Amino acid sequence: MTPLLSTDVAIIGGGIVGASAALALRRMNIAVMVLERDVCGSHSSGVNYGGVRRQGRSISQLALSARAHEIWGRLESLIGISAEYLRSGHLKIARSEADMASLEAYREKTLEYGMNLQMLDGSYLRKHYPWLGERAVGGSLCPEDGHANPRLVSPAFAMAAKRAGADIREHCRVDSVNKDGDHFLLRTHSGLQIRSQFVLNCAGAWSGKIAAQFGEVVPMESIHPVMVVTEPLAPFMSLSLGVEGGGVYARQAPRGNCVIGGSRGFALDELRARPSRSAINLVLQQTVELLPGLRHAHIIRSWSGTEGSLPDRQPVIGFSKTTPGLVHGFGFSGAGFQIGPAVGEVLAELVRDGRSQTPLDAFAIDRYT
Amino acid sequence: MSQISNPESCIPVIVGAGPAGVRAAQTLVRHGLHPVVIDESAAWGGQIYRRQPKEFKRSAQQLYGFEAARAESIHQAMSEIQGQIDYRPDTLVWNAEDRQLDTLHAGVTSVTPYTHLIIATGATDLVLPFEGWTLPGVYSLGGAQVSLKFQACAIGQRVVFMGTGPLLYLVAYQYARAGAQVVAVLDTASLVDQITATPRLLNKPALFAKGVYYVAWLRTHGVPIYRSIQPIAARGEGRVTSVTWRDKQGEHTLDCDAIGFGYGLRSETQLADILGVKFQYDQAQRASIPIRDEAGRSSIAGVYLAGDGASIMGAEASELAGELAALTLLEDVDKQYLSPAAHQHLKSLKSRLAHISQFRSGLERAFPFPAHWAKQITNEVIICRCEQITAGEIRKAVTELNALDLNRVKALTRVGMGRCQARMCAAAAAEIVAACAGIQINSVSRLRGQAPIKPIPFIADAQVISSLKRGEQ
Repeated sequence: MTPLLSTDVAIIGGGIVGASAALALRRMNIAVMVLERDVCGSHSSGVNYGGVRRQGRSISQLALSARAHEIWGRLESLIGISAEYLRSGHLKIARSEADMASLEAYREKTLEYGMNLQMLDGSYLRKHYPWLGERAVGGSLCPEDGHANPRLVSPAFAMAAKRAGADIREHCRVDSVNKDGDHFLLRTHSGLQIRSQFVLNCAGAWSGKIAAQFGEVVPMESIHPVMVVTEPLAPFMSLSLGVEGGGVYARQAPRGNCVIGGSRGFALDELRARPSRSAINLVLQQTVELLPGLRHAHIIRSWSGTEGSLPDRQPVIGFSKTTPGLVHGFGFSGAGFQIGPAVGEVLAELVRDGRSQTPLDAFAIDRYT
Repeated sequence: MSQISNPESCIPVIVGAGPAGVRAAQTLVRHGLHPVVIDESAAWGGQIYRRQPKEFKRSAQQLYGFEAARAESIHQAMSEIQGQIDYRPDTLVWNAEDRQLDTLHAGVTSVTPYTHLIIATGATDLVLPFEGWTLPGVYSLGGAQVSLKFQACAIGQRVVFMGTGPLLYLVAYQYARAGAQVVAVLDTASLVDQITATPRLLNKPALFAKGVYYVAWLRTHGVPIYRSIQPIAARGEGRVTSVTWRDKQGEHTLDCDAIGFGYGLRSETQLADILGVKFQYDQAQRASIPIRDEAGRSSIAGVYLAGDGASIMGAEASELAGELAALTLLEDVDKQYLSPAAHQHLKSLKSRLAHISQFRSGLERAFPFPAHWAKQITNEVIICRCEQITAGEIRKAVTELNALDLNRVKALTRVGMGRCQARMCAAAAAEIVAACAGIQINSVSRLRGQAPIKPIPFIADAQVISSLKRGEQ
């Protein structure tokens, strides 16, 4: 006989969003089960660049991002490890006067969100960041943004949820989700049946299929950001770097390795992705423009992952419009790591209160359905 | 090599120029094809028949001993086909995508297309750490041999050789012959292992005789051989000055100024992995190796596997496997290529390889993997020397974070994340995870292959170099 398990909330996906939702729900004393197809935090949540940045996000995300900023500030007490989180500053580089103007315009539009953005000119950059390439003519610094190690942070959220009493099931693929009267019935590939009052759809790039089962078809595609990492180098940079208008982004981990992201790889199959040759070459080329000192350094590894992306680059966060009890949290379009812990809290609030204190209007699923 | 053109737009590429790569190239040339041969070394011969620098004048007999004739035959075979192949020494294959290899030569990357690929990437030492193994003066057995063969340098004057496998006695013999004092040979295998393996080893009487000869020679020249030992530690200030081991009689220590150690070889499979070739776990080698059929075909059409890079079979088998992979390639390109005689030869290669495989299984029995290593290794011992990750940290990931997959352990601990990309530590780390979790080694899974296969510099891209040059003007 197939065992039938009951819980208040079944969370599909143990990435940073699902795991932090589980942790938040447990803190509200709500029973929760996390169903993770692989191991928690092993896909986008664990293999992303590790940027913990508010700067550059759309205005609609900044309230959520500010909430996340506060959570990151107490990360260690929340998940038990520091996970290499540093409030090192995030510098967005301008390569032209036009870039400077758009950074300044962004600063003016976002004053109320407390990011304390500081416009830096070229001479300031030369003096304080002499390792920056010639093309940087200025930039915008967000002093309290930073970076962390995603392969430590995301699994640690799941471990913390487990310690708080969440039932975490790894290698537990959900085969079907059905609404059965007031409840959901989930069946897993391993043969479990789970009855729950709520379902949180936090399955990353694979969330679209679940939403579609409930008549909510979103135009989500999988993207495969490419990362390369250098051998450990003497520390020269604590900032996380980005470039206005796009391009590579770079940080130096405490161990000394520089992690550099940019361009896109390709899917090997539904689950796995790889950096493409052209992406690696492009990242190498753009990196030496940004950080000429790396020209003789070596890259020792490259990787990619599978991330769900929506056309407006905004996630879907909030209640299903077709199915009471179903709550979505997916489609972070390559920028979910920083806001992930806040999204987890928001999803927990939606379950408990039916609404969230954080504005979510821009993320409603019915903008597509 | 602008003269070269292959029929029917067939572009064969061979990666590796050891015994397998050279025989594969020779066979293709014999049948009218002109392969590209990519070699990470400066000169063909591979690790086993590595050639000395030009200025060195040791004879083949001095360099290769019993294997001199084979070494010379391999060197000569490759010399004879120069002009008919596109040989690219000092060239690293660091990635592959879409029927093209990415290579790095003299600091510049380029792309080499292929229609047919023979992977003959060879092997490196199987390293099982012990306390103090990262001290200066401690080398892998293969490293100790290369130092002697290539540079005519001994790793020390009073050397201990430790571990197990045929290379243990061979390298000890070569060092003693070269004038180093071999303080002792410490074998983790027992004499019983070696005796019970004898019937299978007698499958290849000549090879068996060589093994017996090395042991006998060492004994008659006063080199102590201890069996059934467990390595304890290499100790010393700034450099190894002693080695300690344990056997039934208790703990022993010997003074020495160098240690060569190893437990046989492991296949270099990263290229096959990046290409997406299917792997399976091999019980005898305690490792996942690329799947191939008896003719050398991988799971990907047009990609062939030969030599120790596919499965540890030794140099003699590698020559046969290289030839076999080449004949199979030719047969796949066009059935007309092979004469009836060549077909017959192809069949005989298969049966000779099967025969050697019997001998190999005897070797696995004679020099078994030290089954208790992972249980015995203490928490303080560094397993991943690039990232300085200890056995204890790996065990903690298993017990406290429930990491049962090697990729997960890597993500949580950094084991295998350094410059060597786990080529040295993956086998040992997998053993520790399996032993600690109480699961089979084959369920630990293998680390995913990731480009670059070996580190590449940022300004390896030709476009980058030219744009930097423009910038300088």
